[in-house]
Amino acid sequence: HIRVTLCRHVHVKMADEAVCVGPAPTSKSYLNMDAIMNAVKQTGAQAVHPGYGFLSENKEFAKRLAAEGVTFIGPDTHAIQAMGDKIESKLIAKAAKVNTIPGFDGVVKDAEEAVKIAGEIGYPVMIKASAGGGGKGMRISWNDEETREGFRFSSQEAASSFGDDRLLIEKFIDNPRHIEIQVLADKHGNALWLNERECSIQRRNQKVVEEAPSTFLDPDTRRAMGEQAVSLAKAVKYSSAGTVEFLVDSQKNFYFLEMNTRLQVEHPITECITGLDLVHQMIRIAKGYKLQQKQSDIPINGWAIESRVYAEDPYKSFGLPSIGRLSQYQEPLNLPNVRVDSGIQEGSDISIYYDPMISKLVTYGKTREEALKKMEEALDNYVIRGVTHNIPLLREIIVHPRFVSGDISTKFLPEVYPDGFKGHMLTAGERRELLATAAALYVAAQLRSQKFLGDLRVSIVPAESRQWELCVELDKGVHMLGVSRAGNNYTVEIDGEKVEVSGEWNLASALLPITINGKHRNLQCLLRTAAGEITLQYLGTSFKLRVLSKLAAYLSKHMPEKIPEDTSSILRSPMPGSVVAVSVKPGDNVAEGQEICVIEAMKMQNSMTAAKTAKVKSVHCKAGDTVGEGDLLVELE
Amino acid sequence: MATYTLMRSSLGLLHGLKCSFKSVGQIPYAGALTRSKVLQNARCYSVSHLSVQERIEQKRKAALTGGGQLRIAAQHKRGKLTARERLELLLDPDSFVEYDMFVEHRCSDFGMEADHNKYPGDSVVTGQGRINGRLVYVFSQDFTVFGGSLSGAHAQKICKIMDQAMMVGAPVIGLNDSGGARIQEGVESLAGYADIFLRNVMASGVVPQISLIMGPCAGGAVYSPALTDFTFMVKDTSYLFITGPDVVKSVTNEDVTQEELGGAKTHTTVSGVAHRAFENDIDALLNLRNFFNFLPLSNKDPAPVTECHDPRDRLVPGLDTIVPFESTKAYDMLDIVHGIVDEREFFEIMPNYAKNIVVGFARMNGRTVGIVGNQPKVASGCLDINSSVKGARFVRFCDAFNIPIITFVDVPGFLPGTAQEYGGIIRHGAKLLYAFAEATVPKITVITRKAYGGAYDVMSSKHLRGDVNYAWPSAEVAVMGAKGAVQIIFRGKENQAKAEAEYVEKFANPFPAAVRGFVDDIIQPSTTRKRICRDLEVLASKKQTNPWKKHANIPL
Repeated sequence: HIRVTLCRHVHVKMADEAVCVGPAPTSKSYLNMDAIMNAVKQTGAQAVHPGYGFLSENKEFAKRLAAEGVTFIGPDTHAIQAMGDKIESKLIAKAAKVNTIPGFDGVVKDAEEAVKIAGEIGYPVMIKASAGGGGKGMRISWNDEETREGFRFSSQEAASSFGDDRLLIEKFIDNPRHIEIQVLADKHGNALWLNERECSIQRRNQKVVEEAPSTFLDPDTRRAMGEQAVSLAKAVKYSSAGTVEFLVDSQKNFYFLEMNTRLQVEHPITECITGLDLVHQMIRIAKGYKLQQKQSDIPINGWAIESRVYAEDPYKSFGLPSIGRLSQYQEPLNLPNVRVDSGIQEGSDISIYYDPMISKLVTYGKTREEALKKMEEALDNYVIRGVTHNIPLLREIIVHPRFVSGDISTKFLPEVYPDGFKGHMLTAGERRELLATAAALYVAAQLRSQKFLGDLRVSIVPAESRQWELCVELDKGVHMLGVSRAGNNYTVEIDGEKVEVSGEWNLASALLPITINGKHRNLQCLLRTAAGEITLQYLGTSFKLRVLSKLAAYLSKHMPEKIPEDTSSILRSPMPGSVVAVSVKPGDNVAEGQEICVIEAMKMQNSMTAAKTAKVKSVHCKAGDTVGEGDLLVELE
Repeated sequence: MATYTLMRSSLGLLHGLKCSFKSVGQIPYAGALTRSKVLQNARCYSVSHLSVQERIEQKRKAALTGGGQLRIAAQHKRGKLTARERLELLLDPDSFVEYDMFVEHRCSDFGMEADHNKYPGDSVVTGQGRINGRLVYVFSQDFTVFGGSLSGAHAQKICKIMDQAMMVGAPVIGLNDSGGARIQEGVESLAGYADIFLRNVMASGVVPQISLIMGPCAGGAVYSPALTDFTFMVKDTSYLFITGPDVVKSVTNEDVTQEELGGAKTHTTVSGVAHRAFENDIDALLNLRNFFNFLPLSNKDPAPVTECHDPRDRLVPGLDTIVPFESTKAYDMLDIVHGIVDEREFFEIMPNYAKNIVVGFARMNGRTVGIVGNQPKVASGCLDINSSVKGARFVRFCDAFNIPIITFVDVPGFLPGTAQEYGGIIRHGAKLLYAFAEATVPKITVITRKAYGGAYDVMSSKHLRGDVNYAWPSAEVAVMGAKGAVQIIFRGKENQAKAEAEYVEKFANPFPAAVRGFVDDIIQPSTTRKRICRDLEVLASKKQTNPWKKHANIPL
């Protein structure tokens, strides 16, 4: 059974030989060294590539492999250990003359000590897991109160993510860019830097959009950073692929952040611009071969962008995890210069057990402009149904003037969207395009619904019409449209302006490629109901429209308004996850903003707070419960 | 001829005679009705001094405004549209052909004979029209005229279009919005109801009948929708009950609101009286247009085929991974249905009632099909009283109207317990069995996982004349689950776990059924759509008849 079950997953299908390492919770499978060691023995594997995440930076695992005489495709144990510990790594970096950030070099014992240290360094400070990475167990604090809270959350998260609750504190560099250098070192003392990756676009310290190279670095800075990265690698006798992360301030001062002793999620963009296959190189190095390239052989060919496509709702804090079944899934692989690294397929479940990443979408071009254009097209052609995804956000980022001009920092998202991401803001012209498309789609569907095939006993009298008067609603705006048709071409008149829309109008296809006023556009139809509701994905964002005949629109003024439920007294789970703690009980008085409970999803802890000052009426969850999106947690009076 | 004489004597004018003849021509039943009609026209003429043409215009105008602007405004204020507005939305533009616009009620008691109490057309609008070009007969009760109450004339108008719908072979849609019987008319109103009931029964299985409840529908009136094939409701503005809250209070002392007693929520979730509810009048009417496209016009017509953009041979890769391997784990049968049918469009019938079975209409390569599926997500997809009745009625509708039935099976059996036994699960479960067995339309069955016990037989099995029966590799056709089976076979013996494993190996797979030919093939789930589309083409010419009988005797 186990064998067959596994065959359902893409990574297992691609494998020549597969062994089940355990059930879904990672602590029982991918983090379970015994299980993996068994798999190694069972298959007689000579080497293990640990991928990224899980045991890829676990020195114990590397040691156990070494003890069995199995090669770990990665650096030596001492390098993992030295770089894996943020405190030790900083000391080594300092010694290797790598620029480092001022901070406290030691483990913080409790919240009060954290407050003291923070005071010494000066706010803002960053509290982070000593063993961590990837933004987990990381909090920024601007005052003592936040430091205490941050300490509590970070240690909990660190414990649950890494099984190690040690924390450290350092100076937080305001407005920085996150730029990292890919290094490649062999076991013979040779090391190369493979240029940089710009990873500044982040939310909650996790990367969203990456590119290589960076628009910000000049050749001198690039070389300086590359050389420091290589000297750090050499200092720890590093072999294999690794990444040295830097924070770069507006003056192009750079500070060592950490070194990731593994392959990075975003490695494809480096592969695109250097032409090197990093996994191939890692295997060669592990086998003991020398690097074939010299530093002068490493090119920057063109530009590559990576978008991390996540199953999360970008309208909630730039992305809260969502789960579900991918009812329809189609990668834009029909386009040239597009690479999609994914482990899922149509029918896959996005579960709460793993990171909610759907795929890494990489586009390549001779220039940055070309790569960005390709990314727009790829995002528009990417069909994901059944789970909420972050394509609206990705599609907005890559066309934002600040991003396009390269004016970014790790604060990009909160600065550009201070009130949270709200989706694409339509210009008047775009709005007309969208309205016209919805109207044309509506008419195409109406006409088709009159087409009955076969011999009919009672003949059909179709309503022959070449002109339609429609009313289209979009965001509370109501527009009267005149539509006329000639074959597959529709002319839509909106407020005196004419919009020409033509296409194949395949009503079964997820993609809706059309030409609007001569411009090619890729829309997607997400929903089309009998009552005239049409949801279109346009420029990445999905827009809800309603198309009605003039008569229906006129009569709808008589329809009673449905009263939505008052949400301020009700706390619902914003995402699926498990309840870690409930801080209130019925009868308690809570203040606005006070923590009510904590929900953990995809290893992120989210504090749920009261929307108003009130008395707790009832509590519908307890610690340990699994809750779904929209489930009632607590009711206030 | 008696009529003629009467008119001559009472009018004496050739002009008036002609006019009256016209009115007479509109009315099918002679006798008392004609007489009063003529008298009334005469009276009208004597006071107005208008030409016939002017009088026609005046009557038409009056008919179009129903109960008058004040009552129309009140109707709108309740969030409801008028009878005519509803028809305009339901039917294709300019397709409505109205009948009996000049019919008036015939009551002369309680001052009803007064001119101001006469409304041309009375309290219902009737006629025929087109929905997406296809013929349909309609009636729409007018709440602005005497609260839409049913007079003899009102009933007669409905009966006329029903009779013609039967003759022509076209569906009847009723838009109900009526306070009940016209009390002033007494037994004539009751007779009117019975006339309609009789026609509902005669039309049953001949032409599809749909009721859309768009206001009150109380007392005896509820039995007309109950006799039709589908009853839809409008949320918050429609009610169906035998007796209203006041009577309930006086008889049983229960305090209950109209909404709780007979609102859309009650009937679509608790009682199972209504098949679906919609947000408001417009939503309901637009959805009804969409629903109508699934239905054949009559039992003489095949299931309709519409233009389809979804490739018939489309593979559905997601289905290969949908059934979880743990047989205790649920999945959503709707995911399977949506994946397989054309364009993921599924018009579910009774989506909120007896949710352990899923029924509804969809299309395969453009052709309407009825879908029946056990829903593992709810009560493990077991069959119980409500789900059996829900399924049976749907299957019988499909069979009556030549709609092929596709059944997805994942059923652990009938629900055990006193509640079910006392409720008569034996009697009610037999309905679904009966319905599948008697059906002669193309029947295609796909066993996705469990097909246990008697429920296996019931769910359109090969033994009940299933035309094509498929099993997915995850199918388990057995008398019961492994654990229960082992406890019986090896009662008191040791090593139950080993026995259980043996049972699983032997029976928890499609082979026992496949080697006996009880399933025709074991298919890769992703190919299911392709296979069904191909089978339906072959089965389109299926001819099967049951033995002659006056009518069958389904266990009611």
